[in-house]
Amino acid sequence: MFSCKTSPEVGGMGHSVKRKEDARFLHGKGKYTDDVKLPGMLSMVMVRSPYAYAKIKSIDKEKALAIPGVLAVITGEDLAQYNLHWMPTLLSDSQMVLPTDTVMHQSQEVCAVIATDRYIAVDGAEAVDVQYEPMKAIVNPYKALEEDAPLLRPDKEGQKDNHIYHWERGEREKTDAAIAAADVVVKERIHLPRIHVASIETCGIVASYDKDTEKMLIYLTSQAPHAIRTILALVAGHVGLSEEKIRIIAPDIGGGFGGKVPVYPGYVVAIAASFLIGKPVKWIEDRSENLINGFARDYHMDCELAATKDGKIQAFKVSTLADHGYTDSSANPSKYPTGMFSICTGSYDYEHAFAELDAVYTNKAPGGVAYRCSFRVTEAVHAIERMVDKLAAEIGKDPAQLRFENFIKKEQFPYASPLGWSYDSGDYKATLEKAMEMIGYDDYKKEQAEKRAQGKLMGIGICTFTEVVGAGPSKDFDILGIAMFDSAEIRVHPTGKALARFGTKSQGQGHETTYAQILAEELGIPYTDIEIDEGDTDTAPYGLGTYASRSTPTAGAAAAIAARKLKDKGKKIAAHLLEVSEDDIEWEVGKYFVKGAPEKSKTIQEVAFAAYTNIPPGMEPGFEATHYYDPPNLTFPNGAYICVVEVEEETGAIDVKRFVAIDDCGNIINPMIVEGQVHGGLTQGIAPAMYEGIVYDDEGNVLNGTLMDYLVPTAVESPHWETGHTITPSPHHPLGAKGVAESPTVGAPPAIANAIIDALYPLGIKHLDIPITPDKVWEAIQESKAKA
Amino acid sequence: MAKHNITMTINGESVSAEVDSRLLLVHFIRENLDMTGTHIGCDTSSCGACTILIDGKSVKSCTYLAVRADGANITTIEGIAADGTNHPLQKAFHDQHGLHCGFCTPGMIMRSIDLLETNPNPTEEEIRWGISGNLCRCTGYNNIVKSVQQAAEEMSKEKEATV
Ligand code: FES
Ligand code: FES
Repeated sequence: MFSCKTSPEVGGMGHSVKRKEDARFLHGKGKYTDDVKLPGMLSMVMVRSPYAYAKIKSIDKEKALAIPGVLAVITGEDLAQYNLHWMPTLLSDSQMVLPTDTVMHQSQEVCAVIATDRYIAVDGAEAVDVQYEPMKAIVNPYKALEEDAPLLRPDKEGQKDNHIYHWERGEREKTDAAIAAADVVVKERIHLPRIHVASIETCGIVASYDKDTEKMLIYLTSQAPHAIRTILALVAGHVGLSEEKIRIIAPDIGGGFGGKVPVYPGYVVAIAASFLIGKPVKWIEDRSENLINGFARDYHMDCELAATKDGKIQAFKVSTLADHGYTDSSANPSKYPTGMFSICTGSYDYEHAFAELDAVYTNKAPGGVAYRCSFRVTEAVHAIERMVDKLAAEIGKDPAQLRFENFIKKEQFPYASPLGWSYDSGDYKATLEKAMEMIGYDDYKKEQAEKRAQGKLMGIGICTFTEVVGAGPSKDFDILGIAMFDSAEIRVHPTGKALARFGTKSQGQGHETTYAQILAEELGIPYTDIEIDEGDTDTAPYGLGTYASRSTPTAGAAAAIAARKLKDKGKKIAAHLLEVSEDDIEWEVGKYFVKGAPEKSKTIQEVAFAAYTNIPPGMEPGFEATHYYDPPNLTFPNGAYICVVEVEEETGAIDVKRFVAIDDCGNIINPMIVEGQVHGGLTQGIAPAMYEGIVYDDEGNVLNGTLMDYLVPTAVESPHWETGHTITPSPHHPLGAKGVAESPTVGAPPAIANAIIDALYPLGIKHLDIPITPDKVWEAIQESKAKA
Repeated sequence: MAKHNITMTINGESVSAEVDSRLLLVHFIRENLDMTGTHIGCDTSSCGACTILIDGKSVKSCTYLAVRADGANITTIEGIAADGTNHPLQKAFHDQHGLHCGFCTPGMIMRSIDLLETNPNPTEEEIRWGISGNLCRCTGYNNIVKSVQQAAEEMSKEKEATV
């Protein structure tokens, strides 16, 4: 167990101190993008396509422009004059800002109306007359690859079909041979549907161009303000908006979960509009815009898992079709088009694995973005964990037992996975044992046997996953060539209070508290004396932002190392003050003292004061340090989740009775915050498992484009989560921490799916794709009865 | 667009304004009165981020016309910390880590005030149903439930003390 080195007043690592940032939120004084109001500010509303695929015949602005208060209607043709109608995506594909001839998905931005207030802008948007010539949309990604499928992206030079790329990893022949020779092979096609991030705050921007200073000030709902500024500068540099003239402020953010990483067309149009009109322009998405233009998983995975008849796993193969919509706007690192999907070998030790993926264009919103998932780990874990359960059922072995027999063992770390990752540390057995003990696994097994004898449907589902977070080492990770390091800059003021700035950006994760705790741990300055600042590109050091559970692994490490640099400087000052040699100075949290004479000491606060008032000759004054941290490896948190459900045969209703989640995220900074992150993630895990999924009809219409019909779990659907942890520190992270926030979204869906399918197993039901809704269960039950 | 003169009390202060018929109360509060604690998260009265109290009852202000609030007594999140002392719900959300990004928090608190007014001693299940019109995407609700429980206890103690 991790024990605290510091007193509760100092509040270093391991203390569940209450959050520093809460007060403003509790009093309604948080400042989110929509709260920004600038003098003369205009409002922008998008006109969007009702069709999934159509030619634009004409756009008539006249009626809109006749409305008093409507100042402009901006179309793709207008932007084309500045070469701004297309923009690059994060993965070097191209995306329309506004179309000049064809719309490619329902709700695509067609033009923008700018008016003196939002109500008038909406009137204007309604008055714009757009004539379309609808075409037959391609909705099914398998159909998109058929030979006679129409070419969706003729704008791309050399593009002959709707195939975007092929990617593979591992050894195909050896894996195929192992599968061919195995006693048992289980197969399944698994689909993880598109889902919506549903941060309660939608996306938005206020762009304000000042013609006199030629500066562009942008308030943006952005998880990665620095990276976005660089991208904007790369695009807009040619109209004179170079990087130093752009300031992005990401104010408070009402949840991000990956949805606030990309650059959306609305941002670009608002910036262009402000540039052209010379006044501030605000654009805030409404919920439907946010929902329909959001997000994916959308992986169709053909899985094969091979084993001996007593259950020793030998090989895993997965072939995937990824539906990216009309453009590949994935937020994956450049060198990994499928992100970390190759973690799909899971927590198990076997030699042969092969993963391949083909990405395809369809008439859907740009997809492929990570949603609270470290670049495709969710899909990877779902594949392997469903298959391991399927194998257990096939050979009649307890799924926990099967996992114990195949786990990578504690002493095998660092472990080289067959698909090329080096897992840093873990004790998978301990984690699963703890989860089983906490839930009372053996008792539930007995209860299940009794219930089954009475014809009742009860299921127990396990998921033991390995996550991979902390993107990432520059040798492997970049976005558009920008290495994925992160940064911390500490300034200790003469009175011993501090200000620290980071390249990351919290969207509710509690950075203001956890970063202050890291610095308190390292320096002994109480966490309440340390202000944390993020999200302003004019003041924060460059960093790649917050997503993929990377803040603690990267910026947290940067904070620790910057603090250690500061401590080294402090040691020289302390030696000077205590009139001894530097070698005679020792450190305990918050204090330097003379070796063997602990009463001769100087606190960090005294040393900070001296840094401005009484320094050794030749030393540079001030007490500041900065570090840009490029991690040597990713971190690999793990977990064991167990879920117990009951299913009502007559209705298909599913009742989640218990859910226990044990996470191992290495050393913990604030247990309360970690637990909170796990609760939130679990609810975002039960959501796709049982409720959420964007539904398209054959014409590409989204059938559940509002929160009335897209079922985000409420407090009633969310079970009472039970959580715990084991601790295996990361050997290469300066704090031994690993990152946690995405583990539960990754681990919960397969645990729940496994539980429901386990319940249905006596009826011969062996797989269902998520979301597993009561009607899907009911239909499967009817089908299985019809067969019997 | 027809204009209407309306007068209401917000957080103890009287305000009068001339508004369009179609102006939503949430926009009136956020934009005309510059009180931005009341949030907007959906267009379909599904999320509860805009919840306020009208004459003591929790209401989703995104589906309420400003003109309809003429003569009403309104409380928003900005008006519940009397004399700078936190409302027991504000304290409880902080103590129990009942918020992450804070975007749903004002609505959750305003809804919970009404809930505890009508049911001062709710069970966990009653709390879950009671706040089921308010979405939170961050916390997973466990700690929101605990926050409401803590506040319920504190408020009933306070009541006993004043009886
Ligand atoms: S904004 Fe009012 S309920 Fe969502
Ligand atoms: S705290 Fe973020 S939505 Fe509830």
